[in-house]
Amino acid sequence: MYRSNVLVCGGTGCTSSDSLKIVEKLKEEIAARGLEKEVNVITTGCFGLCALGPIVVIYPEGSFYSMVKLEDIPEIVEEHLLKGRIVTRLLYQETVEEDTIKSLNKTAFYAKQQRIALRNCGVIDPEKIDEYIAMDGYAALGKVLTEMTPTEVIETILASGLRGRGGAGFPTGLKWKFAAANDADQKYVCCNADEGDPGAFMDRSILEGDPHALLEAMAIAGYAIGATKGYVYVRAEYPIAVNRLQIAIDQAHEYGLLGDNIFGTDFCFDIQLRLGAGAFVCGEETSLMTSIEGKRGEPRPRPPFPAVKGLYKKPTILNNVETYANIPRIILLGADWFNTIGTEKSKGTKVFALGGKIEHTGLVEVPMGTTLREIVEEIGGGIPNGKKFKAAQTGGPSGGCIPPQHLDIPIDYDNLLAIGSMMGSGGLIVMDETTCMVDIAKFFLEFTVDESCGKCTPCRIGTKRLLEMLDKITKGQGTLEMIDEMEELCHYIKDNSLCGLGQTAPNPVLSTLHYFRDEYVQHVVDKKCVAGVCKDLLEFSIIKDKCFGCSMCARQCPAGAITVTDYTAPGKKKPAYEIDTAKCVKCGACLPTCKFGAIVKG
Amino acid sequence: MKSLAELQAIRDKAKFELNMRKENPNAVKVLVGMATCGIAAGARPVLNAFTEEVAKRNLQDVTITQTGCIGICQFEPVVEIEIPGEDKITYVKMTPEKVAKIVNDHIVNRNVVTEYTIGAYK
Repeated sequence: MYRSNVLVCGGTGCTSSDSLKIVEKLKEEIAARGLEKEVNVITTGCFGLCALGPIVVIYPEGSFYSMVKLEDIPEIVEEHLLKGRIVTRLLYQETVEEDTIKSLNKTAFYAKQQRIALRNCGVIDPEKIDEYIAMDGYAALGKVLTEMTPTEVIETILASGLRGRGGAGFPTGLKWKFAAANDADQKYVCCNADEGDPGAFMDRSILEGDPHALLEAMAIAGYAIGATKGYVYVRAEYPIAVNRLQIAIDQAHEYGLLGDNIFGTDFCFDIQLRLGAGAFVCGEETSLMTSIEGKRGEPRPRPPFPAVKGLYKKPTILNNVETYANIPRIILLGADWFNTIGTEKSKGTKVFALGGKIEHTGLVEVPMGTTLREIVEEIGGGIPNGKKFKAAQTGGPSGGCIPPQHLDIPIDYDNLLAIGSMMGSGGLIVMDETTCMVDIAKFFLEFTVDESCGKCTPCRIGTKRLLEMLDKITKGQGTLEMIDEMEELCHYIKDNSLCGLGQTAPNPVLSTLHYFRDEYVQHVVDKKCVAGVCKDLLEFSIIKDKCFGCSMCARQCPAGAITVTDYTAPGKKKPAYEIDTAKCVKCGACLPTCKFGAIVKG
Repeated sequence: MKSLAELQAIRDKAKFELNMRKENPNAVKVLVGMATCGIAAGARPVLNAFTEEVAKRNLQDVTITQTGCIGICQFEPVVEIEIPGEDKITYVKMTPEKVAKIVNDHIVNRNVVTEYTIGAYK
């Protein structure tokens, strides 16, 4: 037994700030003091508070060390682990209250969260199957195989009200029911781990932090629909996830939790990995299956739906990682338990990847029906530098922007659709007043233009034309008619595209047009970008009466556009400077050099 | 995996370690004085003896932590035991040999081992 457990986050965020080196250093320092039999160092999945990484938590005290540096390690080992004195200076300061240390679960970031899909992330070592089993892992699979019929499993999932966490929100139980109803010699269970939305890393964190949860849920799904084979389609850009998944699959085989005659029954199930090559369209269900078959990832028309003819033309179910992560809990604790969480039509919780202009960048899991305000202001800690909230973007390139007037809407599938956005996979990007909404729409359109597979014309050409118009508007070459034309084109693309990519691609444009039309009009009529983002519409100038003539800006200017004038402002000793707008390249380098606020952009 | 019992066995074994990885307000706290005075007087073997004894008995709700000097250096090694809702008990001049009795009598059966406490020495 170890008296002390040191948990180090091995999630994506913390790994990229060298948390694995911290693990090495910890082990080294612990060994140097002869504590290796007393202190256990564990690499876990994501804790969620990525903004404060690398994160190290030490139990039994529950001390939460944040932004840990390699050079802090000797002190933590010497003081905390050897002498038992918590290094308060290095703790996450919100947990420190005068002399006492507050429980992490009581901090603003964690207090409102409810972790179901992320239940084991940051708790267990994802590379040890025993630890997953200790957290009731594979008990749900044992229960369905020994106590439930496939129909009962499907009924439970249906009754739980679980809906697809990939974005569209289709009832999971219904999907399973359709696939179960179709007779075939072979059926398949697939997992969509091709998380492609910019800024989204929910699925990645589950794969990295709790891979066995996914395997268990897929086996349960296999039993429910009568499939013996499963595929996880995961991005090759997620090397840690791929590695841990493979370890998990091997361990599950070794324990006989995958393979033949699981739990002594005649149920056999096997899972294989398929790596995606980074095409966004492969997150679309029909493209994904085509890609698993080894063909070029392109969508095909539906019907037939995958439940009838999916992978290799056999009945197939495809669910998202987060959806699967909920399944074992629902089986163990029951549909009624799941029903108590969330709103009337959206049950359970949703994981969001908080990003953008927000204090606590990271991963949060909240019950459905939590308001955007709670997520942004309380859990997310608000917007840095006292800036004002302008919009939140949900659903990535398929979603839309939510303006301040809708901050208090309880977030669920239907409410988000009603206000012109969508749940999407759970990326939530917060924007402040320095974000230009036209520019944001352009950013997402650039993404979809790049990622359009090119099979159908509305998406291939429509999005390109749309982007061209947006580009003109940001350059001050737009017209009011163009805005109307864009709107019409958006609806055309939505109605005529073959797959979800094209059908949702215009959403960022439509929602910004809906809520921020003024800003489009300003770009077109006044040729101004209030956020100060669109370079072509910007002008830098010096307020001469504020200028002390220090020449700092002129020395910074790479274009030699700032020169001295013969005007000396009253009370100043040196002549003021001015910017030649014809020479100015609008790089903004002069702005931070002025200590007197004499340079303005607008 | 051929049966639920097999899974249960793995779970029980692994659960013990994981119990140490959460905040547990109901846990019995064993605090071993590990300041310079404590370490010099031999607190480390005492600490290890507690860890071993607790593991041997598979006690779920016990945490063993170090603490600093409480100011009675002449009585080191000092161990304090806190059972939620009860008075803190201070054992002094601890040795690894005394540990088993304290775990058995005090932590498991809730009978303070009076002869080892600070009261007995004063």
